[in-house]
Amino acid sequence: MQLLSISPILFPLLGLLINAFFGKRMSERLIGAIASIMVLASFAVSAYLFIRAGALPEAQRLLSVDLGIPWIQAGKLSVPFGFLIDPLSTTMMLIVTGVGGLIHIYSVGYMRGDARFQRFFVYLNLFIASMLVLVMADSFLLMFVGWELVGLCSYLLIGFWFSNLKNAEAGRKAFVVNRIGDVGFILGILLIFATFGTLTFSGVFGKVTAMSAVNSPVIVAITLLLFVGAVGKSAQIPLFVWLPDAMAGPTPVSALIHAATMVTAGIYMMTRAHVLYTAAPATQDVVAIVGALTALVGGSIALTQYDIKKVLAYSTVSQLGFMVAAAGLGAYVASIFHLAMHAFFKALLFLAAGSVIHGMEHLGHANGAHAVDPQDMRNMGGLRTKMPVTFVVYVIGALALAGVPPFSGFFSKDEIVVAALQHNPLVFGLLAVAAVFTALYVGRQLVMVFFGKARTGNAEHAAESSPVMTIPLIVLAVFAALAGFLNLPGVGTLGTWLAPAVGGYEPEALQIGVAGLFTLLALAALLGAWIVYRDAFAKAADADPLERFGGLYVFLKRAWFIDALYQSVVVKLFYAASSFLARVFDVGGIDGLVNGTAVLVRNTSGALRRIQNGLVRSYGLMMLFGVVVIVAYFLWSAAVH
Amino acid sequence: MNTVSPFVLLSALLFTLGVIGVLTRRNAILIFMSIELMLNSANLAFVAFAHQWGQLDGQMFVFFVMAVAAAEVAVGLALIVTIFRSKKSTNVDDLSQLKG
Repeated sequence: MQLLSISPILFPLLGLLINAFFGKRMSERLIGAIASIMVLASFAVSAYLFIRAGALPEAQRLLSVDLGIPWIQAGKLSVPFGFLIDPLSTTMMLIVTGVGGLIHIYSVGYMRGDARFQRFFVYLNLFIASMLVLVMADSFLLMFVGWELVGLCSYLLIGFWFSNLKNAEAGRKAFVVNRIGDVGFILGILLIFATFGTLTFSGVFGKVTAMSAVNSPVIVAITLLLFVGAVGKSAQIPLFVWLPDAMAGPTPVSALIHAATMVTAGIYMMTRAHVLYTAAPATQDVVAIVGALTALVGGSIALTQYDIKKVLAYSTVSQLGFMVAAAGLGAYVASIFHLAMHAFFKALLFLAAGSVIHGMEHLGHANGAHAVDPQDMRNMGGLRTKMPVTFVVYVIGALALAGVPPFSGFFSKDEIVVAALQHNPLVFGLLAVAAVFTALYVGRQLVMVFFGKARTGNAEHAAESSPVMTIPLIVLAVFAALAGFLNLPGVGTLGTWLAPAVGGYEPEALQIGVAGLFTLLALAALLGAWIVYRDAFAKAADADPLERFGGLYVFLKRAWFIDALYQSVVVKLFYAASSFLARVFDVGGIDGLVNGTAVLVRNTSGALRRIQNGLVRSYGLMMLFGVVVIVAYFLWSAAVH
Repeated sequence: MNTVSPFVLLSALLFTLGVIGVLTRRNAILIFMSIELMLNSANLAFVAFAHQWGQLDGQMFVFFVMAVAAAEVAVGLALIVTIFRSKKSTNVDDLSQLKG
């Protein structure tokens, strides 16, 4: 039972060990197969655990698997090494291993021929194992271990092509920005321990329920600190700047880590800690507003980007904002529902974008057209006929993202906005505008990439990707299209399933007004994008129609100048402090101290070395003097007493 | 002063001669012999005091000193022979490579 429960973690670990130690002698095909099979095995076990949990009566579904190993015992602190198999964690396990498995298979095609193919799959397997530790942990501390491990994998994979300095810098930026959030998370964990004396979920939540206090200062502080961690990991305002840069990594990484799984860790954590958040409505308001603002800001920036992956990155920021807002509204089911749907359609969009990039690079080098950026949407156009499979799945993903019924994104977004309408009109307004932006940028992207005429030789010669890449796309497209039926309004299959783990759930009936309004908004925005961008780009060098907004356009294009702000305030200050330490303190203080010691020792020994002249007789003379002095001392002291 | 026996005086005289020998001679063999002289002066002092106080301890110690001296002679002469083989000299002033 215990081994079975943790085997989803062990499979990818095994895969990474095999590939790390024997990969050098194996073919690419074998490395990819081992990595993929391990993740799929992990998926199979997760599915088994999921089904078995489903067979249990509702009250017993919260299974805690204690491995019986005391992990940390220090004074009052006692953390067991245990995992949690409950509706929430099994759902997350299925998403992580399912989407992860498909992305592994896709990567076999995408990374073919890469110099560090083996290392890529070792990292990917490590990521799956780490993410499973995060979602299966039954204490805040073990969750934090997974939290940091996925952060490490993210860093390693963003800077995967580190020979290009920009990629390495992007990895470093992600790491540093995430640390800021992690400080909050650690402080939150420490405060939890100081307050409740335990770190296990069941222990903490039991005590919070027993307190039955609303907005007690300490719980507000804890939840806010934990939220700081979520802001870093889930790329919310003001720490979202790392996520767009994270697109420097290979596209499957963007799909897996920076869209489907890792960045949703913050939302998962808040859902897991829903007892705490429900006890702190003040924090919840902050969370909802931050989430809604992020949704708006991310969506608005995505409108102006040219890089196909940057558009999707800002879109991810925006969609994460939706999820965080839902968590802040207390609609945890809606939050997890959107998380799952987003995992499907955003992974699909990223992988399809990877397929487009691959297609753009296909004949580029042979034609000497390597100067063309294969990720710039201005260089694309007309790929509809060149890459038919990619086009169809992209449209499905785009419609799901834009929230057009009956695609998955429509249902999950609908649940969030219905919750917003009931609890917080301001959040509802922000989300409505964000939804319009969503449909606008996704329409713009579709038109720029797939419609019109090919604007460069690369687009002219683009070719469809191999089946190892398109089959995962098709599977994901089926989910992106149909998964919304998992939680239909008024039925709520997923919600009922999650209810024991997220503190109850009542399925909302479909609100025709809200659903109709958002469908209309999405369709209108898509149509608007079609009209504006249909003829906008005849050549790659043409200006974007939005540029006529002047300052506003630049403001959005530069991501609200938030990066520039950090650059001038934080980074400059940091460099100034560093150069003071390096040039003045280090050279003067530290080096001075060290060199001073050395000079002192050298001068002293220089004087002393004259004594050691190598002549035995002079040593003998010194011994004689010593003996005489000692004997004289004894005689003298004997005479005195 | 009247308790100092002539044996102890002789012992002190021999010891001083040994010290002067060690400090003034350059030949390793002669230094070695001077050291033996010092050791035996110490033996003489042991015996003299043992006789004076009527105790056997000092006499017993002499045997230990003799045994150690014999061992030391064996090692010391072997060292000198080895040094002579490599340096072709027994002058201790030539052996000053460890000077600072």
